[in-house]
Amino acid sequence: MALLEIENLVVEFQTATGPFRAVDGVSLKVHESEVLAIVGESGSGKSVSMLAAMGLLPWTAKVTADKLAFNGRDLLKMPSAERRKIVGKDIAMIFQEPIASLNPCFTVGFQIEEVLRFHMGLDRAARRKRAIELFEAVGIPDPAERLGHYPHQMSGGQCQRVMIAIALACNPKLLIADEPTTALDVTIQKQILDLLMKLQQEYRMGLIMITHNMGVVAETADRVVVQYKGRKIEEADVLSLFEAPKSNYTRALLAALPENATGDRLPTISELFNEQQTLEGAAR
Amino acid sequence: MTHVLEARNLVRDYHIPGSLFRKARTVHALKGVSFTVDEGKTLAIVGESGCGKSTLGRIITLIDPATAGELLIDGKKVDIASEGLTSEMRRKVQIVFQNPYGSLNPRQKIGDILAEPLVINTKIPAGERRDRAMTMLKKVGLEEKHYNRYPHMFSGGQRQRIAIARALMLNPKLLVLDEPVSALDLSVQAQVLNLLADLQDEFKLTYVFISHDLSVVRYIADDVMVMYYGEAVEYGSRDEVFSNPQHSYTKTLFAATPRADVASIKARLARKNAA
Repeated sequence: MALLEIENLVVEFQTATGPFRAVDGVSLKVHESEVLAIVGESGSGKSVSMLAAMGLLPWTAKVTADKLAFNGRDLLKMPSAERRKIVGKDIAMIFQEPIASLNPCFTVGFQIEEVLRFHMGLDRAARRKRAIELFEAVGIPDPAERLGHYPHQMSGGQCQRVMIAIALACNPKLLIADEPTTALDVTIQKQILDLLMKLQQEYRMGLIMITHNMGVVAETADRVVVQYKGRKIEEADVLSLFEAPKSNYTRALLAALPENATGDRLPTISELFNEQQTLEGAAR
Repeated sequence: MTHVLEARNLVRDYHIPGSLFRKARTVHALKGVSFTVDEGKTLAIVGESGCGKSTLGRIITLIDPATAGELLIDGKKVDIASEGLTSEMRRKVQIVFQNPYGSLNPRQKIGDILAEPLVINTKIPAGERRDRAMTMLKKVGLEEKHYNRYPHMFSGGQRQRIAIARALMLNPKLLVLDEPVSALDLSVQAQVLNLLADLQDEFKLTYVFISHDLSVVRYIADDVMVMYYGEAVEYGSRDEVFSNPQHSYTKTLFAATPRADVASIKARLARKNAA
């Protein structure tokens, strides 16, 4: 059975000019201890579809789906109190801007212990012990001391480690990483990706990597979903996607990578694929 | 032949004044950097955040004076700390910033944004300013109808085109590009890189391309300088640096860059199955 199962997910936002469809009929599955990458450019609906699964969209968003199930339980039909017990505990998410996603007013120790109190009901001493364990697991040096620090006292890479520690606090079955390394330097990006992959194997988590970076996809994913303008364009295992992309759009994306350049100009995406055709042929 | 840009041992220190709780200290952002760039060539400056690459960009653009060392543009020594900046110098060097959402004034129309450098630095009459702005707009792949629009009406890639057009209004010889494509999508990135290459051919522009993305650098640069904590740890032609990196930091940087080719995916999957 799949860990997360999404069928025909549609997300619409009410805007002044009428409804805007950010996600248009996306279906996907993530299995236990599998790494799924969702790739797309900005506006492809990759973040919105995952935020919808987490139930983190504002009320202006209208979410409908034939199926949105986690571990066999339908997330859309359950009462919101039920759902809050799953979100943050069994499904955790980390975001793109590590410094912005931590609360600047509280120490990082407070923020990680908050999760442990809410979801696990641990007492003070147990919370602290677990927090130190988690900081050690994500490779933060001197964890006991670091718990008393505020986010602004830490670097971007360290903040992202804290975010990962918070996400892992309740041993989630599924971790959603939304562009976890986009704001970081390449050497730090490498460390964070290595850490995520190591933890994913250790805890046998399902992991969804949302990214626009083909290199990150190549380095992490088992399976890849390519999205464009809210539609799923292609789904394949990582090797076949890079070896023999089926869709024109994927082919264009790969050709636009500077490292694949052959002449002295890069092929641009609009030259290589016909938008209308691709959207009509989108795997629904 | 004189170099368009030459830097000799540039140093930049920032003094952070002390307060009740903290002693005054000095940050050495640049510790003696030297390089040359010839006409029509591209020098890429690579490094992590905090390595001093943007500081160097600001010094080259004549925004910030160097603490010590010499900067020569077109063979002439420039020292804005003691002599100030003439509009003639300003015309030679222009900059394009990383974030096209922050670098354009949201209350100015595109036409006014493009004409502003001319207003400040030249005595060209309004009618001609308008004509020049129109021409430049078309040169960077936008249309005449965009002249009277505001920045918020454009996408990120289009805004970066506008920022490039503004930088070119004074016909500079040297263009400093501070991470010009890192805020853009892959497809838009390709278009902007192509535009930069076209403009370089047409106007014989010299680029100083600041970036942390090695795949972009490998594509666009003639020479590469790798910076680490304010020092140039590696400097050479692109092929030299990429095929035979000398410094351990450069090697780390290359090893950390994710590779999107089939061979490395196969290697990774094999490692994973073995584990």
